[in-house]
Amino acid sequence: MENDLILRVVTKWLSPIIILFALYVQFHGDYSPGGGFQAGVIFSSAILLYSLTYGLDAALKLIPESALRLGASLGVLIYGGVGVTSMILGGNFLDYSVLASTPIAGQHIGIIVIELGVGLTVASVMVLLFFTFSRRVTP
Amino acid sequence: MMIDYMLGHVNYWLIVAVMMVGLYTLMSRSNLIKKLAGLAMFQTAVILFYVSLGKVTGGTVPIVDAKFSLYSNPLPQVLMLTAIVVGVATTALGFALVIRIKEAYNTVEENEISAMDEKE
Amino acid sequence: MEQLTILLIVIPLMVAPITALIPSEKITWFLTLAVCLISFAISSFILYQVIDGTHVIYELGGWRPPWGIEYKIDSLNAFVALIVSGIGILASLFAYRSVPSEIDNKTIPLFYAAFQLCLLGLLGIALTGDIFNLFVFLEISSLSSYALISMGKHRKALSAAFSYLILGTIGATFFLIGVGFLFAASGSLNTADIANRFSSFEDMQLVETALIFMIMGIALKAAIFPLHSWLPNAYVHAPSTVGIFLSATATKVSIYVLLRILYDLYPIAYWVEMLLPQIMLSMGCVAVIYGSYRACQQVEMKRLLAFSSIAQIGYMVIGFSLVSQLGLTASIIHLFNHALIKSTLFIGAGILLYRANTTELSSLRGLGKEMPWTFAAIALAGLSLIGVPGTVGFVTKWYLLEAAVEKGMWIVVITIVVGSVLAIGYVWKIVDNLYFKSKEKLHIHDVSSGDSTIARSPKTMTIALWIGAILCIFFGLNTELSFQAASSAAAALLKA
Repeated sequence: MENDLILRVVTKWLSPIIILFALYVQFHGDYSPGGGFQAGVIFSSAILLYSLTYGLDAALKLIPESALRLGASLGVLIYGGVGVTSMILGGNFLDYSVLASTPIAGQHIGIIVIELGVGLTVASVMVLLFFTFSRRVTP
Repeated sequence: MMIDYMLGHVNYWLIVAVMMVGLYTLMSRSNLIKKLAGLAMFQTAVILFYVSLGKVTGGTVPIVDAKFSLYSNPLPQVLMLTAIVVGVATTALGFALVIRIKEAYNTVEENEISAMDEKE
Repeated sequence: MEQLTILLIVIPLMVAPITALIPSEKITWFLTLAVCLISFAISSFILYQVIDGTHVIYELGGWRPPWGIEYKIDSLNAFVALIVSGIGILASLFAYRSVPSEIDNKTIPLFYAAFQLCLLGLLGIALTGDIFNLFVFLEISSLSSYALISMGKHRKALSAAFSYLILGTIGATFFLIGVGFLFAASGSLNTADIANRFSSFEDMQLVETALIFMIMGIALKAAIFPLHSWLPNAYVHAPSTVGIFLSATATKVSIYVLLRILYDLYPIAYWVEMLLPQIMLSMGCVAVIYGSYRACQQVEMKRLLAFSSIAQIGYMVIGFSLVSQLGLTASIIHLFNHALIKSTLFIGAGILLYRANTTELSSLRGLGKEMPWTFAAIALAGLSLIGVPGTVGFVTKWYLLEAAVEKGMWIVVITIVVGSVLAIGYVWKIVDNLYFKSKEKLHIHDVSSGDSTIARSPKTMTIALWIGAILCIFFGLNTELSFQAASSAAAALLKA
């Protein structure tokens, strides 16, 4: 597929839009349907599309595997970190209400940071799965 | 009566059908990839089952709005978000194992693999 | 105090991703050991607090149950958490030298991360009071254990892990269907809430279907007799460390889930009417005979131990299907005792594998004379498996017999006696092959596959082995501690 002009051009135009949409789903997750899981999968689909048309090596130049491993771990740490922060601030684990001066603001901050962690992990793991498989299967 | 009952629960009948197809594929096929496909179908049927549990007749999308008072139950969908993630993880792990089995045994047919295992 | 309960989950959750990133086998090993030690300290502290029948309640995220997830810790929860983290310590002590010899250097950090996630899942199952949350933890522990098993040296580990993955996922999905039916009937996922409102449910058919699905699913995970086929291969081909950890914890935790479903979630009178105790009792009896019989036939030590595990699970099933305080106590105490015995024996087998590179009994003839201390510990744990007075195995069998006699179930009494006789048979097979079959000492470098460069058993392995063996005797002589925990847990389950 690497020589198909139409695919290459469309992919170039489409990938940023997909990423933008992913970010929209990510940061509107607290008001409307969406959130980290969906955003992460949409985000990873942009990278997948890129690597399908331009080849695995180009995609690896874009995001090296070590960065993906770091991202996957970091997302879990952000998630757990929010929980631990709320414990330090005197609430229960994952009790967002104590994160800010009013409970409602706290819930907002909490869910956005949590979803950020979730999105980061999901996106990294999805891309990592794809990279691992495609490298293993192609000779 | 019986027909009303059948038609009233048509979603459940379909779900049971998908579930059984998945389970049957899982048990009858010897190809490991087909087995995983059956497993994924089986899990998907359960996801559909939960989602249709949450539907309230006449209820709308569970986003609070002044115009509506009756909403579907959002909890099953939230639960299924987790179950989907579990399903993805299982399928990915399963395929990873299949690739390594293919490398080690040079086949993905279960009967050939067990024949090779027994020979040793 | 309450915050401590969640730390049991949070610590492995936070440490596991860090472990996966550190490219050093020493540091990752140390982190794993530290996680196990801290979990052990916390769970023993909690057990000390709740052993008198009180309980600790923790509301996750500050949401009130039944809307939020609630962790309700009574003595049974704490006891199971204690078993899991305690075995975690033994397994990670053993891992120090065993893992580098069995697993590729680059994957060691991932191995330890998966190990911690498995620990996290099992601890989570032991603590949570929400059935969907339980499913999630069940899958966390299962997924990481599939990955751990597939890291075994031999390619058979891959096919064993694959069939475990298929069967384990079917089991978990069955459980999920059951949870769905129960949710449809009750509108709640909180164990205590469902149990409280049980009599007010309208659709009892749904509730009954839910029970059957959940029991089927968990019985698959617990390897109760007709659903045990995944267990021997998975335990035999897994890396030694994983074999130790899973054989001692995974099935036990599933038995614990079964106890929770039957005794906490559902009213006892409800399922006693359904003939369930009789069915499970007969399955337990068959499991004891079948498992012991198959164990006697085996010629490979780990496989022998795996079949003996199936038999021992049968004893636990017998214990809780008797539906009495004594039977339940025996069942819970056996969770602990069997975890101890089996982990010791698997550590022994692991040491033999490490030194002689094989666990085929016929190639190990006379090795007991070369390694007298290892052999002695294996023999002690073997005696416990038979149930010789003064060891932990005797404690269980005594209470189990007492419970059976109390109920007048003579067939159970006969089963236990026959099972013990068969146990003598297969334990003797190990002892005989290791010590008596050959008149001469078998030197390590004489074993065809043995590695002459490995001169002595590593200290960490020997320490882990002897901790296990000494505890087998200690809790056999000093039954106070485990009995108190088990009987208080049984009383809490029976709401006596």
